[in-house]
Amino acid sequence: MHKDETHQHMHSYGIFILVWLGLLTLTGLTVAVAGINFGALTIATALTIAAIKSYLVLSIFMHLRIEQKVFRIFLVVALFFFIISIVLLFSDYSFK
Amino acid sequence: MNTQEHAISHVHRDDIASRMGMWLFLFTELLLFGGMFFLYAVYRYMNAEAFHIAAKELNTLIGCFNTAILLTSSLTMALSIIAIQKDNRKLSIFFQLLTIVFALGFMINKYFEWTTKIHHGIFPGADVLLSRDSGEILFFGLYYVMTGLHGLHVIIGAVLIGVMTRLTAKGIINKDSFVKLEAAGLYWHLVDIIWIFLFPLFYLIT
Repeated sequence: MHKDETHQHMHSYGIFILVWLGLLTLTGLTVAVAGINFGALTIATALTIAAIKSYLVLSIFMHLRIEQKVFRIFLVVALFFFIISIVLLFSDYSFK
Repeated sequence: MNTQEHAISHVHRDDIASRMGMWLFLFTELLLFGGMFFLYAVYRYMNAEAFHIAAKELNTLIGCFNTAILLTSSLTMALSIIAIQKDNRKLSIFFQLLTIVFALGFMINKYFEWTTKIHHGIFPGADVLLSRDSGEILFFGLYYVMTGLHGLHVIIGAVLIGVMTRLTAKGIINKDSFVKLEAAGLYWHLVDIIWIFLFPLFYLIT
């Protein structure tokens, strides 16, 4: 059972440090923009930055970028149903 | 990692399935925390003003500090796996221990944060809190449940990493077999991701 292609690109220390610096920068950014009132966009900005940070953690720290494709499909399916749930929830509450 | 796959021919082992099992477990965690995020979303939608007022009382500085601690602990966890892949057992153990130290640091901050709040009479069921707007009571209720459950995950994660450190020291986790360490790492990163969302939703909505 050769799965050489799966882990061909083993990460080096460098990329982890880089991602870590990126995560800290994004944290600083989210704190900095939190003081500014964009109205309804404020929460959207915070969640977008959080989503970018999560993407970095998932793809690099959790190795999804170098995992087999089926792992990414699993995650997409799980997130799809998660988003469906919240959309349905709010479509219900918004029209009450 | 290639050697890890080759080992299958000698020992019956399927690392990909092991990691997939861990991912499936993480999805159940998504359901657990997801339900609470739904609850938060609806209550915030119905009590927007009260949530903003209540959030002002949280210490943003401690929140920032804890975010940095947790992000750094995720880094050291990831580095410990690279170290074991490169057959550097001592460095891997060092990074694992560092991760546990960060986890403890996070919990110590959390302890001071909570005790200050409790000292000010802000905890579920306290008269001071109950005299306030219902939206603020909901905010602090969610704050304690969600950061509390997250804190519990931090403790479980730290214990899990401690077990991995012992296994690494014993040589059970080694260059050719480190899927256990990977699974513990996946759990730890999930804890990190949950905090990535908790932090702006509770500390930064002023």
